[in-house]
Amino acid sequence: MSILVIAEHDNGSLKDETLNTVTAAVQIGGNVDLLLAGENCNAVAEQAAKISGVNRVLVADHSVYAHQLAENISLLVTELAADYSHVLAPATTNGKNFMPRVAATLDVSQISEITAVVSVDTFKRPIYAGNAIATVQSMDKVKVITVRATGFDAAACDGSATIESLDKVTDAGLSSFVKEELAQSDRPGLTSAKVIISGGRGMGNSSNFNLLEQVADKLGAAVGASRAAVDAGYAPNDMQVGQTGKIVAPDLYIAVGISGAIQHLAGMKDSKVIVAINKDEEAPIFQVADFGLVDDLFDAVPELAHSL
Amino acid sequence: MKVLVAVKRVIDYNIKVRVKSDQSGVDLTNVKMAMNPFCEIAVEEAVRLKEKGVADEVIVVSIGPKVAQEQIRTAMALGADRGILVETDEPLESLAIAKLLAKVVEVEQPDLVILGKQSIDADNNQTGQMLGTLAGMSQGTFASEINVGENCVEVTREIDGGLQTLSLNLPAIITTDLRLNEPRYASLPNIMKAKRKPLDVKTPADFGVNVISGLKTLLVESPQERSAGVLVGSVGELVEKLKNEAKVI
Repeated sequence: MSILVIAEHDNGSLKDETLNTVTAAVQIGGNVDLLLAGENCNAVAEQAAKISGVNRVLVADHSVYAHQLAENISLLVTELAADYSHVLAPATTNGKNFMPRVAATLDVSQISEITAVVSVDTFKRPIYAGNAIATVQSMDKVKVITVRATGFDAAACDGSATIESLDKVTDAGLSSFVKEELAQSDRPGLTSAKVIISGGRGMGNSSNFNLLEQVADKLGAAVGASRAAVDAGYAPNDMQVGQTGKIVAPDLYIAVGISGAIQHLAGMKDSKVIVAINKDEEAPIFQVADFGLVDDLFDAVPELAHSL
Repeated sequence: MKVLVAVKRVIDYNIKVRVKSDQSGVDLTNVKMAMNPFCEIAVEEAVRLKEKGVADEVIVVSIGPKVAQEQIRTAMALGADRGILVETDEPLESLAIAKLLAKVVEVEQPDLVILGKQSIDADNNQTGQMLGTLAGMSQGTFASEINVGENCVEVTREIDGGLQTLSLNLPAIITTDLRLNEPRYASLPNIMKAKRKPLDVKTPADFGVNVISGLKTLLVESPQERSAGVLVGSVGELVEKLKNEAKVI
């Protein structure tokens, strides 16, 4: 058995989700290679070579891969897939974008967002917003899988894989990059943060999210939002935690002014410790919280920031 | 230009699902069904393109049981011109759906295909991308803004950490994210009018597509429930518990 894992990165550094995906690959068993497709990504290759459990890092360094265009990346992965029994990518917006193209070209089904490996061909994945867990078996010749990072621990980084460069250039010529607007933040990303503090509709407006940032600064936390807060325009969509946003499972999740809709719980209920701060003691969020505080968030959050 | 929209009949998003006691699946008997929310956004976007004069025909297609005609009628009440149902009682995987849609694309030759990014039942997020490959089209997934130009379409995408804008050659596939638009409600006169719009019914066999899946669902179970913890009386008590009891800060 041989497994190809596709690395998630921004040409400058490796994204943490790659480490969780390698762990899933190691659990399946067999030889694990990592594909790094990008442009001027040497520094990332050095980082990737240190991931424990990885045998070879295959580097495709070319401008056609600079922006991870799905049409180009999927062609490259499809060409390589012939040598592997499994192809795994993190279930990031990037992995979700190109992996189904790989599966369709190989004429196999894709198994999306696995959270556990049962055996070499059987996996668990959440359906219906995490309200049911399906165990699925794949009879396909190549298993094309995306991995939900929160289901697996991060692989250690004390390995020494060999780095090999590929000279394959696959350009579908169907799409081109125009621009990117990425949020500039010194805070950790939502999917890799150990602590997350999220605000809901109870925040009242976007400037009140500053209150959460003060706590986040003290705890080195990421700041998230519920869909209600995003829909109300209090926070940008990339901060959304939930079925339709990001799925997170930090050590500590602090839900502030969030009622706890099913769709939000789907995105955070696997967190280790959940704290809810809400003035409505009937809010469903309290049914999943380890520690609940019934209080006005505008009193409690500043006090929390102060006492940390 | 011609726009094709694919829609799916799914459990209503407000309903909490229950797993069957034999763990063979989710219990859907007598449960309210509706159009997948992301598909509603796809229909709305297509109709807006028509209202702007960019699109001249909006065709809606669904693959599913006979009752999925309800969702096609809903889409027509929202402004789609005609409908196609590929009727099957088998629950199909994304790959089979994409193959059938690719056949519909071959017949209809749309310039743009708009789909929801994922259905809220299987949560797969695959069909649009698979169709893109099978139909040889470019793709703009998780779209929050669409601007159609000459022979190309600019799509702004919701990606981890922000937004990305791509230019796609036409014909192209677009999958919708939540912020693309806010779908309208169908008016009563439009619901009545939709009943007279043409709706073609086909079967997978008509297209000669093999819908056998390489995946087998062995078991569907309920997730581990979290139990409610304790209520604390003050911020001070909360911080103390997080430090000493949970040891997470």
